[in-house]
Amino acid sequence: MTHRPSRATLLFGLLAVAPLPAAAETGALVAQGCLGCHGPNGAGMGPVPALAGRDGAELRALMQAFRDGTRPATIMDRIARGYTEAEVAAAVEHFAGSR
Amino acid sequence: MSALTRRAALALLAAPALARAQGQARLVVVGGGFGGASAARFARLTAPEVAVTLIEPQPRFITCPYGNLVLGGLREMDTITFGYAGLVKLGVRVVQDRAVGIDPVARRVRLGGGESVEYDRLILSPGIALRWDAIEGYDEAAAQLMPHAWIAADGAQLRLLQRQLQAMPDGGVVGLAIPPNPFRCPPGPYERISMIAHWLKRHKPRAKILALDAKERFSKQPLFQDAWRALYGGMIEWVPGNVDGRVVQVDARARVLETELGTRHRVDVANVIPPQSAAAIALDSGLADRSGWVPVDYRSFEARNAPGIHVIGDANQPGPMPKSGFIANNSAKQAVASALAALRGAPPPEGVYFNTCYSHVAPDYGISIVGIFRPNADGSAVIEDRDGGGTSPRGDLPDQRRLEAGYADAWYESITADMFSDA
Ligand SMILES: Cc1cc2nc3c(=O)[nH]c(=O)nc-3n(C[C@H](O)[C@H](O)[C@H](O)COP(=O)(O)OP(=O)(O)OC[C@H]3O[C@@H](n4cnc5c(N)ncnc54)[C@H](O)[C@@H]3O)c2cc1C
Ligand code: HEC
Repeated sequence: MTHRPSRATLLFGLLAVAPLPAAAETGALVAQGCLGCHGPNGAGMGPVPALAGRDGAELRALMQAFRDGTRPATIMDRIARGYTEAEVAAAVEHFAGSR
Repeated sequence: MSALTRRAALALLAAPALARAQGQARLVVVGGGFGGASAARFARLTAPEVAVTLIEPQPRFITCPYGNLVLGGLREMDTITFGYAGLVKLGVRVVQDRAVGIDPVARRVRLGGGESVEYDRLILSPGIALRWDAIEGYDEAAAQLMPHAWIAADGAQLRLLQRQLQAMPDGGVVGLAIPPNPFRCPPGPYERISMIAHWLKRHKPRAKILALDAKERFSKQPLFQDAWRALYGGMIEWVPGNVDGRVVQVDARARVLETELGTRHRVDVANVIPPQSAAAIALDSGLADRSGWVPVDYRSFEARNAPGIHVIGDANQPGPMPKSGFIANNSAKQAVASALAALRGAPPPEGVYFNTCYSHVAPDYGISIVGIFRPNADGSAVIEDRDGGGTSPRGDLPDQRRLEAGYADAWYESITADMFSDA
């Protein structure tokens, strides 16, 4: 169970941080595209596996395997090949460590 | 709020000071469908200090996606119907009214009920209008006899088509008129043909489907046609535009579809999907150009002729992107991020847009198409990625088809949660 901050602490947190670089923002948006099948916040949906809270290196390796065609897929091969390594890395960052 | 959303919030809104007219910055969203509901929800989750108002005349939203599965007998209407309570719980002010005018200078939306709503940024996702002037004889009255079922609204069109199929004699003919590009949901008519065929095969096995198309080619065509041959034998006849497939006139009472060369097809049920444009509010407020769609800057989805107004979903000129629910959902997030960036004087984030359209051709038979798109440097065009994307493989692949049918359902649950869920 992760700690869920109240809206007030969240807002305070937001105001306290410095602007993130554009890559992180794009990564957040790439990750948003994944939610269209991987469920709210990447928690998984029916037969589609969860991404949230998983090890970043593991997710990157899975994406690489989809890209190489070494992992069986109905669709992730076509998806993984469409993103740059940097985009995948940034998106994976958003899932890794979240729960 | 989950960790992911929190992180997205951090990334998207590392904003010490949002420009605001008076107090809270105000984001107004017109249209509570795929683009609008996604935008309103995403804005609340990532920028809780921004006031979000959603303007939508319908009390409930019926999705066009999975409407074809209702025709196929795979789904009930209530499983594709959603309310706005989740968004209200998230703090969205939902106003049940229709936007009837936009004043981009005063930054005000006028509502049918007389009220006006002021905004700092406006997101417009009103969907499509049907062009009642495009097919002779096909007007709103004719649509009560020959349903389009292409705008869900209160569901009456889909129910009408379903009732007509049920009432049709076995051995009858279902005619479809399919429009030229661009139109809402490129694979949609062909999924509809498949789902009607599935239903007929079980209930009226001697019936036929006559699909009259204005085009020579269509989305996922080889996959659809392979499946039609394998599953539905000679039930489906598809007539392309170059073989006199384009319907130019209808006689709704006589149930006749007339094509370019004057061939009159008498059918028992007619589903006429007419050519389309952006919804009325986009036309009336001068945002659309002569194509009938709204030109946008693809980095932010701001209307070319109206800065501060982001037009997303089917109403814009999507370039190579399809007019799909997934693109509406995905571009909603880019529009929100761009609107928030603009409020703090920053440029839009770098865009990467994602689409998948799953189609069911039978209960255990799904196929898909994927596209990944990026805007060019000045936002004047959108370019499809060539390394990724594409359609499901062809061939006799029952496992792939069965798995994709299940994954399609996961897509539907995921995307509708991303529009309407309260967390
Ligand atoms: C049969 C069919 C199957 C489909 N299947 C798929 C699929 O499998 N996958 C997929 O991705 N897409 C699919 N689509 C496409 C998808 O439905 C559209 O692309 C999507 O709905 C577009 O979103 P939108 O926000 O632009 O419009 P909509 O979702 O139509 O939402 C527009 C909303 O705006 C409201 N509105 C209109 N005018 C005003 C106004 N003046 N003021 C206030 N509100 C207003 C409307 O009431 C409506 O609720 C399908 C479409 C059809 C017809
Ligand atoms: C259109 C639906 C869809 C979208 C969008 C999508 N995925 Fe997937 N994902 C799947 C499916 C289905 C699988 C199962 C493998 C397959 O059949 O391709 C999967 C599997 C995975 C796996 C393997 C997990 C495991 O434990 O086996 C990873 C990692 C993954 N996806 C990451 C992503 C990322 C990152 C994104 C966004 C860039 C994304 N996915 C977008 C449908 C999707």
